[in-house]
Amino acid sequence: MVDRLIGRGGRKGAEAPVLPSEIADPTAAVWARVQLARNLHRPRTLELLALIADDFVELHGDRFFGDDPAIVAGLARIDGRRVVVVGQQKGAETDENIRRNFGMPHPEGYRKAMRVMELGERLGLPIVTFVDVPGAHPGAESEERGIAESIAKSIALMTRLRTPIVTVITGEGGSGGALAIAVGDVVLALENAVYSVISPEGCASILWRTPDQAPAAALAMRMTAADQLELGVVDEVIPEPREGAHTDHPATAASVKAAVTRHLTMLERRPLDELIEARYRRYRGLGAFTTLDVEPVAVPERPGFTDRLRNLLGGSARATNGSGPASGRAQDEPPAREEV
Amino acid sequence: MPIKLPSFRQRRDTYPPDLWTQCPSCQEMLFNKQLEKVLRVCSNCGHHFRLSAAARLELLLDADTFEEHDPGLQSLDPLGFVDLKAYPDRVATAQATTGMRDAAVWGFGAIGGRPVAICVMDFSFMGGSMGSVVGEKVARSAEAALVRRIPLVIVSASGGARMQEGTLSLMQLVKTVAATERLHLAGVPLISVMSDPTTGGVFASFAALGDVNVAEPNALIGFAGARVSAGTIQGELPEGFQRSEFLFNHGFVDRVIHRSDLRDELAKLVALMAPMPAADAPNETGSIPAFRPLSFLSALADRVSPPESDEVVRG
Repeated sequence: MVDRLIGRGGRKGAEAPVLPSEIADPTAAVWARVQLARNLHRPRTLELLALIADDFVELHGDRFFGDDPAIVAGLARIDGRRVVVVGQQKGAETDENIRRNFGMPHPEGYRKAMRVMELGERLGLPIVTFVDVPGAHPGAESEERGIAESIAKSIALMTRLRTPIVTVITGEGGSGGALAIAVGDVVLALENAVYSVISPEGCASILWRTPDQAPAAALAMRMTAADQLELGVVDEVIPEPREGAHTDHPATAASVKAAVTRHLTMLERRPLDELIEARYRRYRGLGAFTTLDVEPVAVPERPGFTDRLRNLLGGSARATNGSGPASGRAQDEPPAREEV
Repeated sequence: MPIKLPSFRQRRDTYPPDLWTQCPSCQEMLFNKQLEKVLRVCSNCGHHFRLSAAARLELLLDADTFEEHDPGLQSLDPLGFVDLKAYPDRVATAQATTGMRDAAVWGFGAIGGRPVAICVMDFSFMGGSMGSVVGEKVARSAEAALVRRIPLVIVSASGGARMQEGTLSLMQLVKTVAATERLHLAGVPLISVMSDPTTGGVFASFAALGDVNVAEPNALIGFAGARVSAGTIQGELPEGFQRSEFLFNHGFVDRVIHRSDLRDELAKLVALMAPMPAADAPNETGSIPAFRPLSFLSALADRVSPPESDEVVRG
């Protein structure tokens, strides 16, 4: 974790420019992309805006508690079009990274984002978000001020904002901390960006019981932009310069600008009611399940649902299908459960 | 005179696990039958043991009112996920040990004689994790509550999003919140009941967004796992960190309610929060009514029509 925060992993990727597409081993290839996504010199929201926007006025503060430097929000003009921009901001150097908390937002960051996005709705301006975050800040003060509530509220707000939203995953799409500003009518991703439900290190610690298996976890979670496109989570992948976005900021910014303006133009043509309904349907349809016949899962020699309920609540009625109280117990409440 | 020999039986044999449970909080040995009679709350220290979805429904709903919907939803394996074990095998194991198809159950029922839609999660199924099926059930329960204009009660017991379904699990946060947000806008109440544990992506979506949030005593409720927080953050975590009372003290939970009072309190809340009949009543086909935002928003949107704003930009 420390390595990751001070960017050692990222530098390694920068010094040895082996392209992920040229690596034969799939695990190593994915891991190379994760390193590119985390590269310290990758363009972030402010670097991109400097190259994309004709004008940008940053707005500060959530009006409740403070200002979070890990999230940048403001009003911009891109290609003559007025927009609201929200994005995460990591620092390229250690000092700035510390000031910006390594791009990990606190609740006030998301509340600032909500405030500015609502302003966009009121002014009738479309919203562009840039997502690059290892995750929301996981600390005591974050929890005290309601990090989960702020993320949930921001997601909820974005599902109903009556203005077009284009989201670009530019680097690390780290779980809920990313999603809080990544609900869009269109979700784009840079070629070497990654998007995941948990960091590969976290996933490996839980499922493999060691963070060393992070590359395997990264592969299993299919977190690259191309995989996300296939899963339908991302709508379009924006190509990067050959050796990665960090090698050529202007070229990256030009590609991002072209894709964003193209999608905004298309979205602005749609009536707002239709747009909101389509956004709802987009997320409503994401998921993979099937519907089986209504029979309960085949669990032979077990009491039925109602009997188990009775057993569980200590009712006097016993299961009538011959299962003894002991077997009912064992299955309803495995003793190990409380230790999970 | 016979000599009394000391017993060589090991102590754990004295308490066969199918008859006795040890309270993890006060170490008291509790007789299982007695424990179930008292709603699985330790009679010594008040520790709330976890409840299965079935027991939770039995606890909260009026007798014989539960009508389950969509019991046949079965998760797929969209990623082909394999860690130390393949995801479908993990699901099959969980199904065999719990008798459930996934970690949530939803349906209609009544609390204190008033109809509700209810969705209940079960921690014993893969840690109550939210994948596509759980997300779908929460969303369907919210959409059904909207159509019938009856309160929605969601009882959370979950470690968070299900890693094995990758970002599709993450997308369930949006799916569920989009559906509950429509309830909010339509004036249909959501009551979020947080039990031990309610963490990660479940807390960071619908569970945190109840019109009323209630929690069982001392339930673990938080965004980041305590290990993540402790590993990332130097210094000690505050006393009672991420417990119900901590959230209550910081204003994110309305009430911390002992399990024995939960049903009565919910009945009161459901009665007091009964939604007004909608001007636009749900149609008979049961489809979801078209989205209607708060009136001031649509009025606003009408004033700011896209062509005009284009004019402004060019000017």
